Amino acid sequence: MTVDINFMVGGEAGQGVQSVGFLLAKALARGGYHIFADQDYESRIRGGHNFFRARARDSRVEAITEPVDMLITLDKASIDLHQKELATGGVIVFDSESVKDIGSDGNRLGVPLGKLAEEKGGAKRMANTVALGAALGLVKYDLDILDKVLSDHFGAGEVGDGNVKAARAGYEYAQQNFRGDFTYRLDPFITNPRMLLTGNDAIALGAIAAGCKFMAAYPMTPVTSIMEYMSSKAMDLGLVMVPAEDEIAAVNMVIGASYAGVRAMTATSGGGFCLMVEGLGLAGMTETPLVVIYGQRPGPAIGLPTRTEQGDLEFALYASHGEFPRAVLAPATVEDAFWSTIKAFNLAEKYQLPVILLTDHHLASSYGTVEQFDLSKVTIERGLLFTADKTSQSEYQRHKITESGISPRAFPGQEGTLVVTDSDEHNESGHPIEDAETRTKMMQKRLRKLVSLKQEMAPPQLYGAEKAETTLLGWGSTYGAIREAVDLLRREDISVNLLHLNELWPFPVESVSSVLDQARQSYVIENNATGQLSHLIQAETGRKMSGRILKYDGRPFTPAYIVRELKKAGV
Amino acid sequence: MVTITDYAGITPAWCPGCGNFGILTALKKALVELDIEPYQILMVSGIGQAGKLPHYTKGNVFNSLHGRSLPPAIGAKIANAELTVIAVGGDGDGYGEGGNHFMHSVRRNHDITYLVHDNQIYGLTKGQASPTSDQGFVTKTTPQGAAPPVNPMALAIAAGASFVSRGFAGDIEHLTRLIKLGIQHKGFALIDILQPCVSFNDKNTYSWYRQRVYKLEEEANYDPGNKAAAFAKAQEWAERIPIGVIYQQELPTFEEQLPALSRGPLVRQQIGPEQIRGLLAEFL
Repeated sequence: MTVDINFMVGGEAGQGVQSVGFLLAKALARGGYHIFADQDYESRIRGGHNFFRARARDSRVEAITEPVDMLITLDKASIDLHQKELATGGVIVFDSESVKDIGSDGNRLGVPLGKLAEEKGGAKRMANTVALGAALGLVKYDLDILDKVLSDHFGAGEVGDGNVKAARAGYEYAQQNFRGDFTYRLDPFITNPRMLLTGNDAIALGAIAAGCKFMAAYPMTPVTSIMEYMSSKAMDLGLVMVPAEDEIAAVNMVIGASYAGVRAMTATSGGGFCLMVEGLGLAGMTETPLVVIYGQRPGPAIGLPTRTEQGDLEFALYASHGEFPRAVLAPATVEDAFWSTIKAFNLAEKYQLPVILLTDHHLASSYGTVEQFDLSKVTIERGLLFTADKTSQSEYQRHKITESGISPRAFPGQEGTLVVTDSDEHNESGHPIEDAETRTKMMQKRLRKLVSLKQEMAPPQLYGAEKAETTLLGWGSTYGAIREAVDLLRREDISVNLLHLNELWPFPVESVSSVLDQARQSYVIENNATGQLSHLIQAETGRKMSGRILKYDGRPFTPAYIVRELKKAGV
Repeated sequence: MVTITDYAGITPAWCPGCGNFGILTALKKALVELDIEPYQILMVSGIGQAGKLPHYTKGNVFNSLHGRSLPPAIGAKIANAELTVIAVGGDGDGYGEGGNHFMHSVRRNHDITYLVHDNQIYGLTKGQASPTSDQGFVTKTTPQGAAPPVNPMALAIAAGASFVSRGFAGDIEHLTRLIKLGIQHKGFALIDILQPCVSFNDKNTYSWYRQRVYKLEEEANYDPGNKAAAFAKAQEWAERIPIGVIYQQELPTFEEQLPALSRGPLVRQQIGPEQIRGLLAEFL
């Protein structure tokens, strides 16, 4: 039997919504379930309304879904706001102390959250843990797994014990008092669990695995947790994370560290990237490897700081004055985020240019389950390195003109070698020049790197049959939702496939063209208002899309939304 | 032994008589006297006439963007703390475009030396008021006279600096000593250098400075460790201008407080995916 259950936890900021959601997801992941979970929160520290959605399935899942099977509420507003999203036969867990008038429909479970928390756990603030216990009690999940998750999370001391007791109290209360009819029963089915992590976690792990030793950044949603993770490991792993005064400093510090030979990165969102753009050009001109993690959020200006959007694709592709090569990668899933980050470091050093890893709030902060990364598959490619030769009469030239356009790198501090570079146009030795001939040669040299860089780019992922009536195209974090929409449509015998772009620049012209040529119609699906991928495809391949499904309300796609919109469009 | 010829660079494109020549000579002499070899130094410069200086001598050079000499210098120093890192820029570069980096580099106390060629004018764009132009100074962009200037000495002291000094491009011997002290200082060493611009500043000329500068080390009873006295000294300008070390204190550097650097320079540390093996379990 297939299990696919959708939980939602709602409450005010500060009530522990995220903790309940995360621990619920963790407990189910430990039992073998595949999880996809996302967070919806406001730009505030207390109050307001936040929710956390966690979907558990016994097969791969990479998208949120609708409707909600179990709504776990910590306040009244969560019931009012989300009751309408409940599935037929869905259940609401609520706090019977603060909410009285919910009606007596069978699929309601009122739990005295605060009272049980105080009596059993020892502190009223464990009310959210009681709710977590009640939720898992309703699906009769394995209590030992829940105990272990809580003690791992809160520690073995008093707080951990209290939370274990609070959760058990909620669990038992649900079993004894639930009079409704909720058919889901979740049993653990594997003992070798997957990892549960966010896109940002995967990026930080990928960076460390790739040998990143230096990060400088300024906190900005949705990438702040990358900074925090790197900082937390600085002592143990010998990393440096500099909290810079602004994003201009951050990107320039990273460029300095990279010039000096250390793998380095920064992370930001659109507003911060605006400030970093001059640094992008500096890396382009001085041919300094640069990795920028770019987590998009809705703009312009401050926009919707805690929401999601794919509105910066064209900005990432074209930012900076002047012309220079760059690479833009857009991981589709949490697992992808890990491998793309490693690739970003390798490309940046092999081709000595800026690489932008373009994610968004949805991928950055959503949790997914992933098999433990196979570290034997990680490669570190530092590109052409110059070895100092004390006997050599000719001086080292940082920007030596070569056939590939790639000049061997040396790092400052090596006897017999001086590493000279300039943001001015320069000669092979790195000194500034003004003459037309050298300028032309240097531009050609830098742009020539694109020829071999293109060969490194993975083709887009094709999901479904190679040939279909309708081809859907997407990029980045929408992959899971579009893929599932393809499944839903094919169940209705609609001929549809998905071509998903994870590596956007240099653009995979041939593979995209050939898939489009086999489709009768093509729809691009993007979390933005102007269809930026469709512009790019048209510019690069000359092919025009039949239509576009666009969403720019700051919220991610669900598979059902995509299906509805495609049907409206006549697919 | 390093000699001055080891530091010969390409021919400068500065105006004849430019104060930059004095700074270049003093820097070379200081490096020779400290017996530092060109491969051991990294000069990071901004944009403007000052930003060209590293090309006119020998060393590792990263000529960055306008106002951005400090951040790449910091990144490189953290990456390889064995390098002697010297950041170079002008008054517009450092106190205007890069003002935020200046304040924060000072307070974090990075172990680098910062030479600011302060000619109180924008030279490369041909004569507009800079953040240090004297109040009332008339230029093409300030026909009614410039606004009050920043006071880099006072600013640095207020920001928690560990080494605040001023030199004069017209006194090479004194400036050489100052640069040596700055390089030897453990922490962020600010050396603001009065530098006549012979093309666009007809007020603050060699003779204008010569009439006003005096050396702090020749002042009886001046204690550069006294913050209040240093702050008072930093206010002197119109009639008498102090040169030398205005303020110095011993403070831990940013770099020596980084646990990662206790294992040696970052650039020489092993990298590899095995580093994360232990971390993966945290996510199970």
